[in-house]
Amino acid sequence: MTAFVRRQRYLLEYSLSAMARRPGKHLALLLVYTLIVFLLASVMLFTHSLQRETRLVLAGSPELIVQRLVAGRHELIPAGHLERIAGIRGVRAAKGRLWGYFYDPAVRANYTLLVPPDDAPAAGEIQIGAALARIRGLALGDYLSLRGASGEPFAWRVAGLIESDSELVSADLVLMGEADFRRFFAIAPGLYTDLVLSVRNPREVLTVAEKVSLALPDSRPILREEILRTYDAVFGWRQGVVFVLLVGAILAFAIFAWDRASGLSGEERREIGILKAIGWETADVLRMKLWEGAVLSLTAFLLGYLLAYLHVFYASAALFEPVLKGWAVLYPAFNPVPFVDGLQVATLFFFTVFPYTAATLVPIWSAAITDPDSVMR
Amino acid sequence: MIELDDVRKAFNQGRPNELWAVRGVSLNLPLKGLHVLKGPSGSGKTTLLAMIGCLSRPTAGRIRLDGRLISNLPERFMTEVRRATFGFVFQQFNLIRGLSVLDNVMLPAYPLAPDAGELRRRALALLGRFGIAARAAHKAEWLSGGEAQRAAVCRAMINDPRILIADEPTANLDSQRSQELLAVLGELVAMGKTVLVSSHDPLVFESAGVSHVVELHDGRLLGGGSC
Repeated sequence: MTAFVRRQRYLLEYSLSAMARRPGKHLALLLVYTLIVFLLASVMLFTHSLQRETRLVLAGSPELIVQRLVAGRHELIPAGHLERIAGIRGVRAAKGRLWGYFYDPAVRANYTLLVPPDDAPAAGEIQIGAALARIRGLALGDYLSLRGASGEPFAWRVAGLIESDSELVSADLVLMGEADFRRFFAIAPGLYTDLVLSVRNPREVLTVAEKVSLALPDSRPILREEILRTYDAVFGWRQGVVFVLLVGAILAFAIFAWDRASGLSGEERREIGILKAIGWETADVLRMKLWEGAVLSLTAFLLGYLLAYLHVFYASAALFEPVLKGWAVLYPAFNPVPFVDGLQVATLFFFTVFPYTAATLVPIWSAAITDPDSVMR
Repeated sequence: MIELDDVRKAFNQGRPNELWAVRGVSLNLPLKGLHVLKGPSGSGKTTLLAMIGCLSRPTAGRIRLDGRLISNLPERFMTEVRRATFGFVFQQFNLIRGLSVLDNVMLPAYPLAPDAGELRRRALALLGRFGIAARAAHKAEWLSGGEAQRAAVCRAMINDPRILIADEPTANLDSQRSQELLAVLGELVAMGKTVLVSSHDPLVFESAGVSHVVELHDGRLLGGGSC
């Protein structure tokens, strides 16, 4: 073992014994530090999980959606548009979609009603999302009754619960047959909510979108990438809001760390004086104190990150759900796939360990330059 | 030889509370035997010992050790000289509370990073020589005054320094413990070490083992400056 490694080992051992000799002070610091890392790591892991989840969901969505606009508002699109689109070069297939929202005053929640392109439920039957089933207390074979557009009640038998990789999209979903959907919303045959297109060559999506705009001047094409960007921006914004709120907490922590480090007790100062008098250099004292800080920082970081990991991936991020998931009443059971991102860990490490080290360095240095003859006086 | 040439030391220089603790001391001390700086409280004994031991620098004057100027070295080199040449026994013992006696004794050697096993053996041998090996694992604060004093001597000797500096070593001891300490210091002298002691205790400066007594008053020497 080289002298350098041996010296670091001696300093580390001394740091650990010094921490053990003042458990109250160091435990309080560790607790606050861990809490800060936990909060920051929870926000980061949660928002990144949401973004990942969204990407997973949208990976299966159509490349291009065409909506009709009337006076700048989304309007039902006639089936005739399908034929004009199908004639555009590069379009592999085009289909009409039927979907809409329904506000259920009984539970004060919005449902998404959708006619699936394949395997639609039979007339009088529906399939529903897990969150909806929970909130309405529905099981297979039960009936869901809603008031239609014309005022008459409709009742459907629950024929299935939707199984999905991500409950984020299926939570409030109601799948039904086309005829039922049209009757419920009073939508005439030959009209669709919007159209979805698949394109032969993914690199031509933009060109096809331009051609659609030219061919159907009353329509707007929406690219899948645009939706992804919007989701990223929304989640990024929410993450930013939470971070801004947490800046106060980080500042408070820096002040707390400064106070703890600069408020060295008389005994600690005397101890540093003794160490210097018996032959320790200022640099040795600094190294010893830095080891102390490193042990504290790393322990708090690992503990905080581990707790955040458990909080987000195994406790559905209970603390942040209301802020980060938005206004939805039907909270999905959000169980994202656990992951650890190296860059994210590095960023978090920088934002927690660096402020602590910076806040404690000056007071430590001022204590380390204590005159060695102070113990003689 | 330790040579002091017109050494002066001021505290709070230039301020209203300026105090000259040492006022022009010139002195030669040979590197052998037990030397005592005697004088009443405030006579400058401790300040002079701190300067000789490289714990502080004189405001004016020079201190040489074997011809090498040690009074104006940068902090790092001063620490190296202090660590390699001097061992200190303080009036209040200054053992670190909460640490075991063995850890306290090994502490001055940490920056030198010796082999851990070898360091431990050395520390235990010292504790054995000064009769407190049984207390090695005890915490420093559990020791009696005499035991703490001997532990402090062991700590001062761990890096095998040539010179041991003891500031008022009997101030917190009864006369029996003081006699025991003088025996310990005599043993160190017999081992070839130089011992510098500050004291106003007659038991110390009238002891038979003392090689030379230097008397200080108000920061000045009384009598001659060479031994």
